[in-house]
Amino acid sequence: MTEHVAIVGAGTGGTVLANDLADRLDSEIDAGDVRVTLFNDDPDHVYKPVWLYVPFGQREPADGRRPLADLVDDRVEVEIEYVQAIDTDAKELTTVEQPEPVAYDHLVLATGSVLDPESVPGLAQGGHNFYSEDGAEALREELLAFEEGRVVLSVVGSPHMCPAAPLEFAFMAEDWFRQRGMGEDVEVTYTYPIQRVHGNPEIGAWAEPIMEERGIDVRTFTNPQAVDPEAQVIETMEGAEIDYDLLVTIPPHTGVDLIPEAGLGDEWVDVDKHTLEATRAEDVYAIGDAADTGVPKAGSVAHYQAGVVGKRIASAVRGRPATARYDGKTLCFIETGMDEASFVEFDYENPPAPAPPSTALHWSKLGYNESYWLTARGLL
Amino acid sequence: MPDNDIEPDTTVDARGSACPGPLMDLIGELRGSDAGTVVELLSDNDQSLTDVPEWADEAGNEVLATEELDDHYAFYVEKA
Repeated sequence: MTEHVAIVGAGTGGTVLANDLADRLDSEIDAGDVRVTLFNDDPDHVYKPVWLYVPFGQREPADGRRPLADLVDDRVEVEIEYVQAIDTDAKELTTVEQPEPVAYDHLVLATGSVLDPESVPGLAQGGHNFYSEDGAEALREELLAFEEGRVVLSVVGSPHMCPAAPLEFAFMAEDWFRQRGMGEDVEVTYTYPIQRVHGNPEIGAWAEPIMEERGIDVRTFTNPQAVDPEAQVIETMEGAEIDYDLLVTIPPHTGVDLIPEAGLGDEWVDVDKHTLEATRAEDVYAIGDAADTGVPKAGSVAHYQAGVVGKRIASAVRGRPATARYDGKTLCFIETGMDEASFVEFDYENPPAPAPPSTALHWSKLGYNESYWLTARGLL
Repeated sequence: MPDNDIEPDTTVDARGSACPGPLMDLIGELRGSDAGTVVELLSDNDQSLTDVPEWADEAGNEVLATEELDDHYAFYVEKA
């Protein structure tokens, strides 16, 4: 009997996992004992970190897209279909395109995050973002034409994808305008929902003095509850009003509807943070943004979690006890300007200690962004 | 069980969430709520003991009660 591993979502986590299983279970797949299917509603794989550079005219959205067919091992069946329902009791999923349910033995949800700007009145109309291809391109037009006034970078909700990105955008924007001789004409304001500039205390303590030194106007405990696009004003839950000339937001995020509809969690999949197994269903895992582990919604997390789940599924297929565990490992480069970056590495037990910003780390980040395609293929 | 007679309009169970998850869950719940709404926030993160009252004070909301239960805290916050 053939065991079927179904992976929903072909972002970093899903793609790395599919290639991991194709390699780890190659003999079982070749013998017809195991099938691996990767479901995605887009024929392309999208590498989102490219979007940070689009507003500054340094990259194009197309730089972050490659066909899944070029990245995924031929042992994996890639189905460009939209998964609309999961029945974890019957162990089957339903797609829009196929009339019959698809049975699975092991299911992995790698469905990522969805932007939810509509949850704050006026945000979609008044705020730009670099968390989508269209958003990054529209922001580029605004940023290139911007000559004077206040640019507000506002983190509206948390958790969100790539927790370092808001800091990076503020640092890059300040540096970008200053290097172009516009530092006196453009003010950069950074707002964050809690009492520090980043959710992680160590990263917040590291970033705040740099912001002060660079003259970035910081507003903590700032939670927009409405945006007036005509007056160009943010109204906050704390009773403040913040004027802006260009508003860049990190919109609230949510998980896909499939998760609560399948009873796997209220918004994200409830998982054991070490085994990544769903707590509300058997033989279901979640990785990356979709998994509620408390670690950042970052590509490195999805990458490492994919390796753990690949090993656990291989153990299950072979009838052996699964021993691989996720330790919370997270890696992030943090751009601190247009030419320098820092780097952090941490896990569940060990907090981050940001490295001193350097040109070498900036080029390391750009270098990794190029070599990412080896990660997606399961080679790095 | 909580030792009070407060009847919250809604409960946000943020047990298991790392900082600042519980506070963000509370803020997300109150963002779309009407004045007078009472939210019960459950958190097992010690940081919530300072995060929640500091933010509530900043936003003008009122922490009606904070209870320490067996393995978590219960905060009752009323939106101003």
